[in-house]
Amino acid sequence: MKELALMKGNEAIAEAAIRIGVDAYFGYPITPQSEVLEYLTLQRPEERTGMVILQAESEVAAINMVYGAAGTGKRAMTSSSSPGISLMQEGISYIAGAELPCLIVNVVRGGPGLGTIQPSQADYFQSTKGGGHGDYRLIVLAPASVQEMADYVELGFDLAFKYRNPVLILTDGLIGQMMEKVELPPQKARIEEFDQSWVITGKTPDRERNIITSLNLDPDLQYEHNLKLQEKYRSMNEDVMFERIGCDDAEFLLVAYGSSARICQKVVDIARGRGKKLGLLRPQTLFPFPTDEIARLSRQVKGIMSVELSAGQMVEDVKLAVNGKVPVYHYGMLGGKIHSPEDVLSAVEDKFIGGL
Amino acid sequence: MTEEIIIAGFGGQGVLSMGKILAYSGIMQEQEVSWMPSYGPEMRGGTANVTVILSDDRVSSPVLQSYDTAILLNQQSVDKFESLVKPGGLMIYDPNSITCHPERDDIRIFQVNAAEEAARMKSPITFNMVVLGAYIKVNPVVDLENVIKGLRKSLPERHHHLIPVNEKAIQRGMEIVKAAKLHA
Repeated sequence: MKELALMKGNEAIAEAAIRIGVDAYFGYPITPQSEVLEYLTLQRPEERTGMVILQAESEVAAINMVYGAAGTGKRAMTSSSSPGISLMQEGISYIAGAELPCLIVNVVRGGPGLGTIQPSQADYFQSTKGGGHGDYRLIVLAPASVQEMADYVELGFDLAFKYRNPVLILTDGLIGQMMEKVELPPQKARIEEFDQSWVITGKTPDRERNIITSLNLDPDLQYEHNLKLQEKYRSMNEDVMFERIGCDDAEFLLVAYGSSARICQKVVDIARGRGKKLGLLRPQTLFPFPTDEIARLSRQVKGIMSVELSAGQMVEDVKLAVNGKVPVYHYGMLGGKIHSPEDVLSAVEDKFIGGL
Repeated sequence: MTEEIIIAGFGGQGVLSMGKILAYSGIMQEQEVSWMPSYGPEMRGGTANVTVILSDDRVSSPVLQSYDTAILLNQQSVDKFESLVKPGGLMIYDPNSITCHPERDDIRIFQVNAAEEAARMKSPITFNMVVLGAYIKVNPVVDLENVIKGLRKSLPERHHHLIPVNEKAIQRGMEIVKAAKLHA
């Protein structure tokens, strides 16, 4: 039987983590994601599955605990919000360099600096272009509902282990604080048997020791390592995910992810109600980005608008995909303010007027 | 069917929990629901509001600028949300402590003396259930039966003995709700 619950997005992440058998969570409280740590602590998952929950002394400590746990082949995760994620960037770069799997959740708040606790999508660049130092990428998942918050925990770990790469769930307070109906995954035991060929525990006399490091002083080796990483990042394209809403006959296209995509769904509904052929492409992965799909759609539509809760970040990737074939615009709210469907619709009418 | 509702009042009036029970009731009748609270600085300032959407289809934007129904429980909320009710929509408010009453004539406006009634029932804490009763009487988007199921689901088991009191409060709300006379 399906198990339905009414839950906040943050709680859904926490409950899903227990149910899919995550081994460890290390975190530090910060609004608007504190419910993840609160929920995990209240649930006493150490009794349910043996999962370790630890409130670290800081975000820097938390991400380094994830680094250590991931090195043993266990499923480790953390969550934070923008300023805390900034503190973690050194650790994330090391984990990416050392090619370890883990899950990081960023419930974004308005910035820069300490900013505001209100929803924002201003961490797109940080999430998709590296964030820390060095040529590395995270797989970035962008849930747009409480259901996807729950689902992407398991998906995130599957992808993290498939590529041995950190995965980031990029969300914000709108999805994190909102309650929706969610179908929870069945309770699974934590995985006891797993591939130990690369982990730092379990060395047996018949094999060489494994080394986990992001340090490579020999430039030739580091060069080879970087080429391998880039090859891996390119190969991630096979896991690109997106949703097409009203795209089949669309004359104009919105591109939006996460909370902004929810708002844009309503914009599409209103526009369609008025007989205007507006479509929405909703990237579910921001890296890999649905470049090919946007390129395809750009041969069909007359114009594209990227709608984000930022000054215009994803719009750069949309422009790269469109490559000048049709006009690309940006519409967005900044600093924790949320655009309403009516705001977006009037921007759409403004830009695409005549056509719409 | 899609019903977009804003519930607003002071923190402590049970605004968020009323919304939660409404959302649970929607789930009980197999609807899609969303519950989006104010969680930012406004929450710390003593006022609270929540947007609840009940729908037969997938819920699109959980953030809205216009509503089918506004349930408003203090003066600030009446001032802020009266103009955001869709033409033909519904407003329910508690006239207690309201000095500037709503004046629109293109929406249906109802009053429920919920604070007074809850005090008379010697159960001020069920204030929000009196209001909920008024709402589902005027606009039966959810059945009383599903509300009770929703209550059972949203209350922890140790509070289940309070369900009859809440049910009574809902029924009182259904009885005492009345159309507001416009103070023209």
